[in-house]
Amino acid sequence: MSTASAKPRQKRAQVDSSSFDTALGWQPGKKTTALLRAAICAIILFVFAGPIFTIIAGAFDLNPDPTRLTLIPRNPSLENFAVASQRGIWGFFWNSLMIAGIGLLLQIIVAVTAGYALARRKFRGQAIVLGIFLATMMLPEEVVAVPLAVVLGDLPLTGINLRGTIFAVILPVAASAFSILVMAAFMRDIPDEIVEAATIDGASEMRILIEIILPMCKPALGVVAIFGFIGIWDQYLLPIIAANRTSDYMITVALASLRADVQVGTGVLLAGAFLALVPSLIVYLLLQNSLVRGITSGAIKG
Amino acid sequence: MTEQAGEAMTPLIDNAASRPPAGTLRRRARPQSRWWTVWLFLLPALLLFLYFKFIPMFAGIQMSFQKVRPFLGNEWVGWSNYTAVLNDSRFHDAIVHTLILGFGQSIGAVIGGLVLALLLEGASKTLWFVRTAAFLPVVTATAVIGEVWRIIYFPAPNGFLNSVLGTVGLDPVRWLEDPAVALYSVMAVGIWQGAPYNMVIFLAGLAGVDRSLYEASAIDGAKLRHRLWYVTLPALRPAMTIVLVLAAVRSLRVFTDVWVLTGGGPAGATDVWMTRIYSLGFERNQMGIASAASILLLIASVALTALALLITRKRAEK
Repeated sequence: MSTASAKPRQKRAQVDSSSFDTALGWQPGKKTTALLRAAICAIILFVFAGPIFTIIAGAFDLNPDPTRLTLIPRNPSLENFAVASQRGIWGFFWNSLMIAGIGLLLQIIVAVTAGYALARRKFRGQAIVLGIFLATMMLPEEVVAVPLAVVLGDLPLTGINLRGTIFAVILPVAASAFSILVMAAFMRDIPDEIVEAATIDGASEMRILIEIILPMCKPALGVVAIFGFIGIWDQYLLPIIAANRTSDYMITVALASLRADVQVGTGVLLAGAFLALVPSLIVYLLLQNSLVRGITSGAIKG
Repeated sequence: MTEQAGEAMTPLIDNAASRPPAGTLRRRARPQSRWWTVWLFLLPALLLFLYFKFIPMFAGIQMSFQKVRPFLGNEWVGWSNYTAVLNDSRFHDAIVHTLILGFGQSIGAVIGGLVLALLLEGASKTLWFVRTAAFLPVVTATAVIGEVWRIIYFPAPNGFLNSVLGTVGLDPVRWLEDPAVALYSVMAVGIWQGAPYNMVIFLAGLAGVDRSLYEASAIDGAKLRHRLWYVTLPALRPAMTIVLVLAAVRSLRVFTDVWVLTGGGPAGATDVWMTRIYSLGFERNQMGIASAASILLLIASVALTALALLITRKRAEK
């Protein structure tokens, strides 16, 4: 998150020039400033990161009291996970991993192929196809939830019933207009000369896409991957309507049944929440820069 | 969080889409291939969109005019599903809640994000770390956040937030159980999750402010608050418009936060448009009425998006 950058400039005699680096005019040299900033940072950390860290601490704490939150486990134990696994938490975790893994892979493949066609080829009906993808960005996925439940149970023309399989979640999440348009926008900027050189070599279109264009698209792939992952992992309504039995649920949905289970305590719920949290943390730390680039490039240009 | 992300990129995409595709102006630089091969590349995307976006949408329009009866065949009922929705007082309440929640969360998250960005602006490693940590609520699944906030909001006097209030001598609040408070408790969680997202946008905006303006304002003897008001805030205005517009459109379809935190309760005090649709469609099996409510939500979203595009275009033309 290194968006704020300091520009080198000449020092002025009267005023400390570093106070022009930030909007609030922080002066790093001053001791009072440093103390104030440290206090502010501590409060912000407590408010925004504190609740997340209580999940981690609470998951490893054998704590019968549902009102206590802690940042350090007092009775460190893995018992919460043992109880949670009796409640089938690993099954839900596995469902989530499979759906996120295959769903994201499929979403990327679809985005790369469709993005390539839109960006590097010219064909009749191009504007219509682009319009179709743009239109679905206006169509909130929640709006189609009710009829989607019916469609998933009986796919038109084929009559396949996807409900109760992981594909009932994977296939809908793989259709992401956002990913397609990000890939298309990026591929459009690849210079023609590079592709031309490969064409003269006689490489096939598929080989050019995979061996030449794709390696140049790493920044766009990063953006698509992190937004895609967070989007799929955050699914809540879709896994409910796509399930036949509660054992089909993703881990996010299964947390509610852990909470409703009167025989297990808060620690077990937090153990489940911890498992639902860890993959997001890992992906976030790996692709943090892509995330920031994705958020800011859209908002600032508009 | 992803929905925000999805829409945050639209301006970029609009720009990219309106550019001529590569090869129209320059020399055609692509391998010789038959005209239909391009459709092979598009086929996976078009199939998925057809099956999981467009067919459900048209099925939804159809179902909204029907009484949906599994195994018996649907019965055509005209506009009666729509009148059922529009005459339902619980739906009126839900729409009012949706608007209050959306308005409060959008404004709150913008102010929160702005304050965070101003406080955490700077190039040091520590600040980078704090920014990274403060962003965690955005990447964490909404269901996980809902569960931890339910614990923070525990209604007993020794619940976490209540015991914090207790230390400053305030009475305990039944955050999610008191119908007068519950909607605002949900709103606070939404602001908490939305503010760090906006912070990133505002930080990028702050980095783009011309430093010589700060220097010039100091030479003119401007105080810090003048500098913030006349230099910093005007520079952030484009970012602020985008953030507010996206939040407004997104707020219409809020579901997961509300569903996990309160389930629409207590006594419907936090029921929103989507939780109403869910209850009708999946708990009471009135798919026809739920579809009609979904189509109305779609119309409202499209109208609001169109209005937002109009406003941002106008601003851009100035």
